[in-house]
Amino acid sequence: MRARTLPLSRLRSSGGNPVARRALAVAAVVSLGAGLLAGCADDGNDESDTSSGDSNGKTVITLGLFGTQGFKEAGLYSEYEKLNPKIKIQETVVERNENYYPALVNHLTTNSGLQDIQAVEVGNIAEVVQTQAAKLMDLSKVSGVQSSNWLDWKWKQATTKDNQTIGLGTDIGPMAICYRKDLFEKAGLPTDREEVSKLWAGDWEKYVQAGEEYQKKAPKGTTFVDSPGGMINAILSGESEKFYDSSGKVIYKTNPAVKKAFDLTAEAAEKGLTGNQTQFQPAWDTTIANSKFATVSCPPWMLGTIMGKSKPDSYGKWDVAAAPKAGNWGGTFLTVPKSGKHTEEAAKLVAWLTAPEQQAKLFAKQGSFPSAPAAYDLPQVTGAKNKMTGDAPIGTIFAEAAKQIPTQVIGPKDQIVQQGLTDNGVILVTQGKSPKEAWDNAVKTIDNNLEK
Amino acid sequence: MATRHDIAAPPAKEGGAAPGRAPADALSAEAAKKRARLSRRWQRDIRWSPYAFVSPFFLLFLAFGLFPLIYTAWASLHTVELTAPTDMEWAGLRNYTRIFDDEFFWNAAKNTLTIGIISTVPQLLMAMGLAHILNYKLRGSTFYRVVMLAPYATSIAAASLVFVLLFGRDYGVINWVLDMVGIDKIDWQNDKWPSQFAVSSIIIWRWTGYNALIYLAAMQAIPQDLYESAALDGANRWQQFIHVTLPSLRPTILFTVVVSTIGASQVFGEPLLFDANKGASGGSQHQFQTLGLYLYEQGWVNQHLGRASAIAWVMFLILIVIGIVNSVISRRLRASS
Repeated sequence: MRARTLPLSRLRSSGGNPVARRALAVAAVVSLGAGLLAGCADDGNDESDTSSGDSNGKTVITLGLFGTQGFKEAGLYSEYEKLNPKIKIQETVVERNENYYPALVNHLTTNSGLQDIQAVEVGNIAEVVQTQAAKLMDLSKVSGVQSSNWLDWKWKQATTKDNQTIGLGTDIGPMAICYRKDLFEKAGLPTDREEVSKLWAGDWEKYVQAGEEYQKKAPKGTTFVDSPGGMINAILSGESEKFYDSSGKVIYKTNPAVKKAFDLTAEAAEKGLTGNQTQFQPAWDTTIANSKFATVSCPPWMLGTIMGKSKPDSYGKWDVAAAPKAGNWGGTFLTVPKSGKHTEEAAKLVAWLTAPEQQAKLFAKQGSFPSAPAAYDLPQVTGAKNKMTGDAPIGTIFAEAAKQIPTQVIGPKDQIVQQGLTDNGVILVTQGKSPKEAWDNAVKTIDNNLEK
Repeated sequence: MATRHDIAAPPAKEGGAAPGRAPADALSAEAAKKRARLSRRWQRDIRWSPYAFVSPFFLLFLAFGLFPLIYTAWASLHTVELTAPTDMEWAGLRNYTRIFDDEFFWNAAKNTLTIGIISTVPQLLMAMGLAHILNYKLRGSTFYRVVMLAPYATSIAAASLVFVLLFGRDYGVINWVLDMVGIDKIDWQNDKWPSQFAVSSIIIWRWTGYNALIYLAAMQAIPQDLYESAALDGANRWQQFIHVTLPSLRPTILFTVVVSTIGASQVFGEPLLFDANKGASGGSQHQFQTLGLYLYEQGWVNQHLGRASAIAWVMFLILIVIGIVNSVISRRLRASS
């Protein structure tokens, strides 16, 4: 044993009670080790301990959110806290859903680290409904919650096969086409929103034809569509079936609607009607600032994006026309994990936050469009205006689109398929690849990504 | 006690200055028993305490090193999804065998190799040159050393974002400069070689200074008289560098090569953040997807835990092979010197 070769003085144990010392050492080691191990295993308990109540005896309800849901910014928390003096609301926000969602899945599968309320993006809701429903509360039974308050498809998206509704919808993203009046005028196209809507009503092919018309006399350096990704996304979102059929089978490869959308977008890209950009990247942002495109498929929140990236001289130069076919892009659900300590209170808060009145307030402040049709007649929606679109009645336009959105079959891996078709697909056409090469590349990528 | 300990300690009767030992002549049977018991305890203490003292490291290693390693090996033999990590379905070696005809894996492996070469070779050459220059007496040499280390202290994320802007296709500074010189715009993100070069440049920027400092430290340890005698023999600066500096740096160079190789095989952050689509596919056609990125894509984006685990283990095996090759080469080099 190496220990025996210690110096003599050490062997004589100079000072201190050896038993106590050893006990201390062992205790230190055990507590250190156990603490560290427990630290990774039980953080859920710790967090729910902190959420059990603060020093004033209030019940603290925590929300886990991503992006900018805007509940806090719209003053909804303080309003609820005023209505319910015993409640205190805290939120934790992760900026990007790509970082938020994997962590949420981990927390759900291990039942730890969850907040009392967790937001789920529409792109993930199918996966959550299919794989995590057992961990989440059925919110349809909460008092004041009625399925008729929501758009039918929004309610169904968060409902399991055995009729449990595990998430209540907050906002949706009904799509219209935002267009530049000044660029349209220069290219000799009509600028009135009714006439513009008629240019392509009911058919995306007409949209491409209008693009060809635009491009003939287009101001130099501008394109008709902002990006191929935005266009294929808009076309697909208006289909009732895209990547999965109603039995849950992946059908994107054989679904004629998908191929048609891909080919039409590729055609537009080949003809130079689309910018060679990927949405939400810095270069794309710059094309907004420099007025490089005439149209973009836009849900209400896109107006906020446009405003954020625009120079003041383009305020009021935009308008909103109906899309060839209405679709939905984006939206969120609020869920209540069963393992929380205050599921009852949390469910009440969710019901309140997603009620039509609150959704309308959120729209007025944040531009998140309500998923509750009852809100469409409230003044916050009917009177809504946007700096970019002047006096266009955007609330009414988007409400009209919202009512026409089909009930779409959504699947657990929609995002992967979608991303494959755009980022590994149509974008390649703008880089000089043929539509067939682009499609093959997309399919190869998607199939590899879907294979378990 | 009447004696004044504070002035002068009385000489200890035995055993030096250590207190606490009962005098031998006062031994009773009771005390002897007690002593024996204590000494047994002390022996146990001496025997086992060291283990207790080193155990924190091993507990941490168990929790964060060995357990993940074993769990990953176990998971790699199953079909298992991140959405239900406990729900494992036995798959045997399928996750491994399919790697052989997984073109994305081999594409990533090739990219890792080429990016590794494009980034490591110029990096070490430049580091050597910089170190050589800094080895001269310069005004404000500390300043230069700090400046060289600054990229290393910058976060990858921040640096990569700046590089993305520099290498932008439409509004990037580099293309703007090229345009002024009359060279066509280069699509730094979507073309294969330009994108790999751009990713490598982030790595080079980040690590050159670090390696230069290591070389510099080793250069300063070279005895001055070697240079003096070389100068006496008529060697010029260049010959001194080749025949004195380089041979003396051999172990250091070997070290930096090993460390850079390991680093290059794990490149992850730079290509992830360089992707214009902000996905993990390393470009629309996977043109700069590295193995680390592919592993991340399979595990975290596509949520295929089993496949990702198998990739992780294959990467681990590849690293071991690289390590063995490295050590063989270094042994050869040492033998030849």
